[in-house]
Amino acid sequence: MNTVSAQRAASTTTAGGPYVRIDRLTKRFGDFVAVRQVSLEISRGEIFCLLGGSGCGKTTLLRMLAGFETPTEGAIFIDGVDVTQVPPYERPVNMMFQSYALFPHMTVAQNVAFGLQQDGTARAEIESRVREMLMLVKLEGYDKRKPHQLSGGQRQRVALARALVKRPKLLLLDEPLGALDKKLREHTQFELVNLQEKLGVTFVIVTHDQEEAMTLASRIGVMRSGEILQVGSPTDIYEYPNSRFVADFIGSVNLTEGTLVEDEPDHVRIDCPQFGGTVYVDHGVSSPPDATLSVAIRPEKIQLTRERPEQADNVLSGVVTGIAYLGDATRYLVRLPTGFMLRVTAPNMFRREERLAHDETVWLHWHASAAVVVTR
Amino acid sequence: MPGRRSLFVLMALGFGFAFLYLPILAMIIYSFNASRLVTVWDAANSPTLAWYVELFQNAQIMESARLSFRIASLNATGAVILGTLAAFALERYRRFRGRALFGLLTTAPMVLPEVITGLSLLLLFVALQDVVPWLGGRGATTITIAHITFSMAYVIVVIQARLATVDRSLEEAAMDLGARPWKVFFVITLPLIMPAIASGWVLAFILSWDDLVITSFVSGPSSTTLPQLVFSKVRLGVSPDINALATILVLIVTVCVVVAGTYMVRLERRRARDAQAAFDPAS
Repeated sequence: MNTVSAQRAASTTTAGGPYVRIDRLTKRFGDFVAVRQVSLEISRGEIFCLLGGSGCGKTTLLRMLAGFETPTEGAIFIDGVDVTQVPPYERPVNMMFQSYALFPHMTVAQNVAFGLQQDGTARAEIESRVREMLMLVKLEGYDKRKPHQLSGGQRQRVALARALVKRPKLLLLDEPLGALDKKLREHTQFELVNLQEKLGVTFVIVTHDQEEAMTLASRIGVMRSGEILQVGSPTDIYEYPNSRFVADFIGSVNLTEGTLVEDEPDHVRIDCPQFGGTVYVDHGVSSPPDATLSVAIRPEKIQLTRERPEQADNVLSGVVTGIAYLGDATRYLVRLPTGFMLRVTAPNMFRREERLAHDETVWLHWHASAAVVVTR
Repeated sequence: MPGRRSLFVLMALGFGFAFLYLPILAMIIYSFNASRLVTVWDAANSPTLAWYVELFQNAQIMESARLSFRIASLNATGAVILGTLAAFALERYRRFRGRALFGLLTTAPMVLPEVITGLSLLLLFVALQDVVPWLGGRGATTITIAHITFSMAYVIVVIQARLATVDRSLEEAAMDLGARPWKVFFVITLPLIMPAIASGWVLAFILSWDDLVITSFVSGPSSTTLPQLVFSKVRLGVSPDINALATILVLIVTVCVVVAGTYMVRLERRRARDAQAAFDPAS
């Protein structure tokens, strides 16, 4: 799943300086604070994903980048230029709307040409650039059609062509794949990344779909209640979440609370009452002693065995209470003696194996590096 | 059971239509009546087109019809322009002070008794006479202004309803692509609300065309609209040429409704067919 984004991360590190700089941006609607003191730097050629649930402020942030909302406080710089007060029709930014917002009374070609016409581009050049753009999104021969004569995927591509034809410095995408069905979505997200690579445009994507963010983004900013909680590559966000919320929001996770009982620079031991034992983690934690910590373990990092494993730490036993066979993997729900339910995902590596059954007693264990300790 | 039910439905339908259209049908039939007495059918000489001929030779009626047409067209155009602006303000600028009051005020003429609207407009015109000389006494101009005042309320309702269905992101997308707000309005918003503007225009035209009460307050001696003329003629007794006139009016309205109706149905069908074709790989 992460091959594309890993490739992206490698290519963006070479790009210089921040291209888009968001400086302590705040947006209030009356008493409601939609975006609170957000600061962010996005590099040239990056695919940056704003990820969060509905009402987290990600769309407001995007609309401020487009110029549809004026920030209450703070500033936005694009390529070193302060654009905070620049109206949308003068910004070097284009946006692809969630609803695509294709003009229903214009043909595909007219839709794509619209932006160029506003700039007073010569007719011959408009024609050639529209043709070029439609070729890029594989819609040659559709130029005379009206939007309602297109399928969902085709509409999405027209919207993309229209937003890219002006060669914007920055392309904003609001839930770009949200309206497509699952199969088409998987296909389109790779096309989107390829196109971005070919054109070198900086993308800022808003999505609530964590899988979409993981596949597309070179970096992800996780948002909640108007604030950015964590910024990092998809791997960072998944493997090293900095808070309970991020750990829980991205993927599936087993979360429990605990207190430090052994605090060394190279390892810690945390007593987790819900696990009925201690968790050994092979790295230090910077937090005051006796502080309540949260321990997060991903379901796929826990292994299930019938025999007691040989390692001494991070071993528990429990009873299988739920089994969901998904084909590539199976999800188990294991009840610990304390009553705590632990989620475990095991890959189905062999076609024939004696799978675990309901009410079977099993041993669980995980590597010392598997657990993540978060302080908030 | 189902048979009896459908009989009941059919009868209800029949009564409904009879209630609505029998009087009009009677009027149309009597317009071909040769007798000078409206209620007596002259079987010997009927049907005849005599009343229609007389109608077109009656200079007074033709003059009134022309005046009514001119006022109705001007009114519809004025009401649509002002109504579109008001509807746009009400629908698109959601957060301005006094929006609720403004909304209430624009639709007030719909519920206000016509007599009151007419009287207050008359008082206004009389008061303004000395200040604004171009109002030049009462006549076609004052009638047009009065008609715009009340028909605008209906136009606002029609256009605002349509505007509410136009996705705001279409306007934002146009702005995002470099179109300034006024251009967005003319190139994106206006074409999309055109059907509402057209039906608003027709509505305002018809409201003005058959208005009698408000017109009688603000009209002058030199300007008699068609409804005023019909009314004054009927007061002296119904003459058969009025039947002929009414038949022509009914014919015009019917043609308008049928043409508009079939056009809308055809448009809807074409949209559905095109949408279907989009998912057909063969096309």
